[in-house]
Amino acid sequence: MAEKMTGAEMVIQALADQGVEHIFGYPGGAALPIYDAMFQQDFVQHILVRHEQGATHMAEGYARSTGKPGVVLVTSGPGATNAVTGLTDALMDSIPLVCITAQVPTTLIGTDGFQECDTVGITRSCTKHNYLVKDIKDLPRVLHEAFHIATTGRPGPVVVDIPKDIQFAVGEYYKPESETLRHASYRPRVDGDVKAIEAAVDLMLKAERPIFYTGGGVINAGPEASENLRELAELTGFPVTSTLMGLGAFPASNPQWMGMLGMHGTYEANLAMHDCDVMINIGARFDDRITGRVDAFSPNSRKIHVDIDPSSINKIVRVDIPIVGDCNRVLEEMIRIWRSKTNQPRTEAIAPWWKQIETWRAVGSLNFKNSDTVIKPQWAIQRLYEATKKQQKDVFITTEVGQHQMWAAQHFHFDKPNRWMTSGGLGTMGYGLPAAVGVQVAHPDALVIDIAGEASVQMTMQELSTAVQYRLPIKIFILNNERMGMVRQWQDLLHGSRYAHSYSESLPDFVKLAEAYGGKGIRCENPAELDAAIAEMLDYDGPVLFDVIVEKDENCLPMIPSGKPHNEIILPDTANIGSIIDEKGRALV
Amino acid sequence: MNAHLQPTGSAYFLTQETQQTERHTLSVLVDNEPGILARVVGLFSARGYNIESLTVSETEHGRRLSRITVVVIATPKTLVQIKLQLERLVPVHRVHDLTAEGNYVERELALIKVKGTGDHRAETLRLADAFRAHIIDATVESFVFEVTGKPDKIDSFIALMTPLGLVEVVRTGLAAIGRGAEGM
Ligand SMILES: Cc1ncc(C[n+]2csc(CCOP(=O)(O)OP(=O)(O)O)c2C)c(N)n1
Ligand SMILES: [Mg+2]
Repeated sequence: MAEKMTGAEMVIQALADQGVEHIFGYPGGAALPIYDAMFQQDFVQHILVRHEQGATHMAEGYARSTGKPGVVLVTSGPGATNAVTGLTDALMDSIPLVCITAQVPTTLIGTDGFQECDTVGITRSCTKHNYLVKDIKDLPRVLHEAFHIATTGRPGPVVVDIPKDIQFAVGEYYKPESETLRHASYRPRVDGDVKAIEAAVDLMLKAERPIFYTGGGVINAGPEASENLRELAELTGFPVTSTLMGLGAFPASNPQWMGMLGMHGTYEANLAMHDCDVMINIGARFDDRITGRVDAFSPNSRKIHVDIDPSSINKIVRVDIPIVGDCNRVLEEMIRIWRSKTNQPRTEAIAPWWKQIETWRAVGSLNFKNSDTVIKPQWAIQRLYEATKKQQKDVFITTEVGQHQMWAAQHFHFDKPNRWMTSGGLGTMGYGLPAAVGVQVAHPDALVIDIAGEASVQMTMQELSTAVQYRLPIKIFILNNERMGMVRQWQDLLHGSRYAHSYSESLPDFVKLAEAYGGKGIRCENPAELDAAIAEMLDYDGPVLFDVIVEKDENCLPMIPSGKPHNEIILPDTANIGSIIDEKGRALV
Repeated sequence: MNAHLQPTGSAYFLTQETQQTERHTLSVLVDNEPGILARVVGLFSARGYNIESLTVSETEHGRRLSRITVVVIATPKTLVQIKLQLERLVPVHRVHDLTAEGNYVERELALIKVKGTGDHRAETLRLADAFRAHIIDATVESFVFEVTGKPDKIDSFIALMTPLGLVEVVRTGLAAIGRGAEGM
């Protein structure tokens, strides 16, 4: 059923028909017709941001915490260019976004008009797909297709660039129907090949040193995928590790959980990856932060790789059994086939493997030397975690990028998917604060905390104003080491401790800054006062900027220096390396 | 270079490429929509793939489909990636690696301008005849030839014309199609 309306009205109608409740945006000349159409309706609530980058990260946080697409609306020119970082971030981390960018009228395109930029050209390589709509007849199809493409297959950001004259033009709008969405060339494969899944299960049934290596694909496949992962892990008895992006897909409280793997992953996870005989990769992509030196990566294992994106398979690491499909469907099949062959986990066969893993675990690779005079960043996160466990509320964590991000991944634990939002692929400083705003918009009653660094948080600090405007009680927990700690750590490791521009100087007074924005500021530097200060933060009904003054030169360990195999991991000096590490390894510690 | 600035002292690990490169012809069926060529070419430059030759034109007007023939030089591992990455593009219908599939024909067309008089002119005409090049423009001191064939045939013709007074060349790039009754 077609209905006559303007392009601007179509945008709002399409959002409503797609079930969109919130959009994050910022107005400007070319976008005004859409803003005008928005003014006259109330299905879609608009959150006014302070910078378009903030809008994109909010939409990412919203999407990651709900499984629904995040929607962004920006104006032409600078509005669109400001959105580029968030679009790239969403592409790298496979987050479904629809970003509507306004454009100068079609008659001005190509004339260097005021606030004109080649949005589709600029965003071509940082979107899953993009459109410039030059005819009102195409607009309804493009809008619906944008949602379809953003949310299906391997999710990602889609840009729809709409010139101002198209927003004013009148045309026929129709609702999204499966017919209109049948795309001629875009057909993601979701069902894994049953023969390959059977071969995978056969391999798993013979494994003696197996490991599940899981990633963000499990989260993207929906909460059911996490339940199925748990079930398959229990059926098989195999240990489970995960990438940074996959945290929460498998409960950290489960005894089969090994902690995160990769450059700052646990000793047990990385050594188990190195020494395993069967690796079952579910929705992870062999990123270089995970593999370390590729030619020394898990040299003696047979590898199964489940991924919805065929191009992820054999891109970095050659695998024995590739399975292209949606993680949830493949997990379901694996469970079904496993059950048809046995009703026993491989407890006995893999008992020696678990024994080996226990000796690695006993090293205590996440240990650190605590102090009663200065707050250790790892300890601050542990105290935060303990305090949030006592809360009745659902807890969501976002992070910025740096040491604090890795410590959060190591010391904050997740039992459910969609509770952990972090910028993994792009590593975007400034992600966490706006992402927390987006999460809080989606979950008004939840406790949403951005674990931040004092450098990162200043990149998108202005979104605190958005949080205040919409009464979003986000908590920003700054681990303030007065350093770009991660940069400083690399300079120590590789550049002779020449600290070129890695100090955070002239820091603002975060307490006063919070107050200036209309939020609450707290500072704490005494370990004895930390618990009370955390309680004060959690009790406050409104946005809080908490400045935790921490040890300045703490290193984030364990660490696999890049270019090293997994078994050359650097451990903290508190690790119980005992008989496990030889002289050579000890020199690295 | 200072030791601490060597590439291994970086956040990345650089692996040595061990595979040999190969020359492959890919045929890509795409929607003929604005920007499609930019998408394909952008993918190649963004991911560091080398294009040897690329031709594109609408081939089925009714269905708005275009066929892109692209010749690439890459290692076997990268060739697989190129095909998969192309298939990820939303307007791409199908990608065939004609070289890997084995059974195909390929042709290129070139327009070649040669200047000369006297003996050179006679020799030029004799060679053109041997290569089945057509004269599509002539003056008393020049010819423009049209020559069609496999790229190496065109290469040899150009090499022969060089001492005889070659002025300039334009080539279309390669068009390739599978043999037999089946379509793409
Ligand atoms: C936008 C952006 N610019 C630069 C970097 C490089 N970078 C990675 S971590 C880091 C330092 C972060 O410092 P801070 O936020 O204080 O975190 P810390 O490591 O001290 O915990 C920098 C500059 C980045 N990841 N993102
Ligand atoms: Mg810092």
